[in-house]
Amino acid sequence: MKYACLIYGDGNLVEPLPPSEMEKLTAEGVAFDEELRRTGHFIDAQALAPAQAAATIRRHDGNLSMTDGPFAETKEQLGGFFLIEARDLNEAVRIASRHPCMQWDAIEVRPVRELYSGS
Amino acid sequence: MTPIALEAIYRAESRHVLATLIRLLGDFELAEDALHEAFLAAAEQWPHEGPPRNPRSWLISTGRFQAIDAMRRRARYDASLRRLTHELKWTEELSVDLNYIPDDDLRLIFLCCHPVLPLDSQIALTLREACGLTTEEIAQAFVAKASAIAQRIVRAKAKIRDATIAYELPSRSELPERLRGVSHVIYPLFNEGYESSFGPSLMRVDLCGEAIRLARLVVEILPDPEVYGLLALMMFHHARCNSRVGPSGELILLEQQDRSLWDRTEIARARALLNRALLAGQMGRYTCEAAIAALHAESRSPQETDWLRIVHLYDVLLRIEPSPIVALNRAVAVAMCDGPAAGLAIVESILARGDLVEYRFAHAARADMYRRLGRVNEARAAYDRALGLTQQDAERRFLAARIAELEFASRDVP
Repeated sequence: MKYACLIYGDGNLVEPLPPSEMEKLTAEGVAFDEELRRTGHFIDAQALAPAQAAATIRRHDGNLSMTDGPFAETKEQLGGFFLIEARDLNEAVRIASRHPCMQWDAIEVRPVRELYSGS
Repeated sequence: MTPIALEAIYRAESRHVLATLIRLLGDFELAEDALHEAFLAAAEQWPHEGPPRNPRSWLISTGRFQAIDAMRRRARYDASLRRLTHELKWTEELSVDLNYIPDDDLRLIFLCCHPVLPLDSQIALTLREACGLTTEEIAQAFVAKASAIAQRIVRAKAKIRDATIAYELPSRSELPERLRGVSHVIYPLFNEGYESSFGPSLMRVDLCGEAIRLARLVVEILPDPEVYGLLALMMFHHARCNSRVGPSGELILLEQQDRSLWDRTEIARARALLNRALLAGQMGRYTCEAAIAALHAESRSPQETDWLRIVHLYDVLLRIEPSPIVALNRAVAVAMCDGPAAGLAIVESILARGDLVEYRFAHAARADMYRRLGRVNEARAAYDRALGLTQQDAERRFLAARIAELEFASRDVP
């Protein structure tokens, strides 16, 4: 089964980290991905630019409308994600709980829906 | 050392190694990780160096070493270093005499069904850790959300880690208090085999066989009437295995099954076990269900089946086990006894209470009752609902075929 692990945090709150801290954090993130590759769980992982950089689009009566900013203006925003292969939800939770961002952020572990073709 | 040979060692040793690591570490997560790491190490080393003379103790000591290592690494993020103190306890060792439970799988099940946990946590944890079911399969078995089951398992593990008592196997005299949890693990394991919730095939015969094997071992250690009842129940079902699935893997309902394919020898054996369970005088849940299964297995056709007695037994079962699923099964029997309208009224009232709304069999049962009443539109809607809820390919094909039949029949109506 595949699980999307969505990292939510308050991107504004964190003071810009000193470069040494930032480097350490990045290295921990890379090491986490490497560990997932080694154990065969890794599918994909990306960090996202701040939510203010987002554009949200909708279609109203056939017309495209675009707003500046994220889909929902909430305090906690999606900051990154990783997609994993796991045996079940508990294994996915166990893997996600080790992500270095867990020091500050929350991770939503969402099962990927396998679409049924009908044949 | 080929991958196949390693796979065989995994199958033979992983339960034993895991049970030992859980006891040593007092922590499921650590033990699971350690097991995983030990086998990764084996896959790397054994092909070059050859397998060790004693793979089991190699795996246990490698796993333990990996766990110590992981704890040291993780200690940075861990506010409490309490777990490190466990290390001190690890020197006392491996060879506790556990031979009164003569089987690795069963030993792990008895270990997991620890009375420090509430019964529902014991069952969920054991089904996952000892029987290998996934969170999602367990959720199907208990008609619960996977996230709720996941949380139950996470909390159970935390409770074990924080428990001050040792997570140990029971002594022989303590076995009976764990029996209830163990029985409640074996039956869902069988059911997942008999009516798989996911994937391509309707049945996973290996799980059914394993559940029956485990129950046989349990009655040898603890000749409890309810376990006889449980074993009889599973054997009555198992005896009908061959008639449940058609040549192309399709589901065949009880009414349409070719009863000449039923295994009469197994049914007779199940009957003997059931009689033995009934001698105890007080009928438990599994014995009662076995008595119902016996009435099906021992009648020559659906018409000759004593549906009234089945309804009465469901009344008894409902008193022992007042669950919506029992009420649903009773409704199906009522529909056979008093007609589909009577059954349908019960099913609709169960759903109106908010029970089983997401349970595929409730909608499939409703659909069938509407179909028999000639209420095609309602039948179709209910089949659609069931189809939307099932994640099992053979069931999908079955439900799609019923929908197609309805459409075909409704075209004939002028």
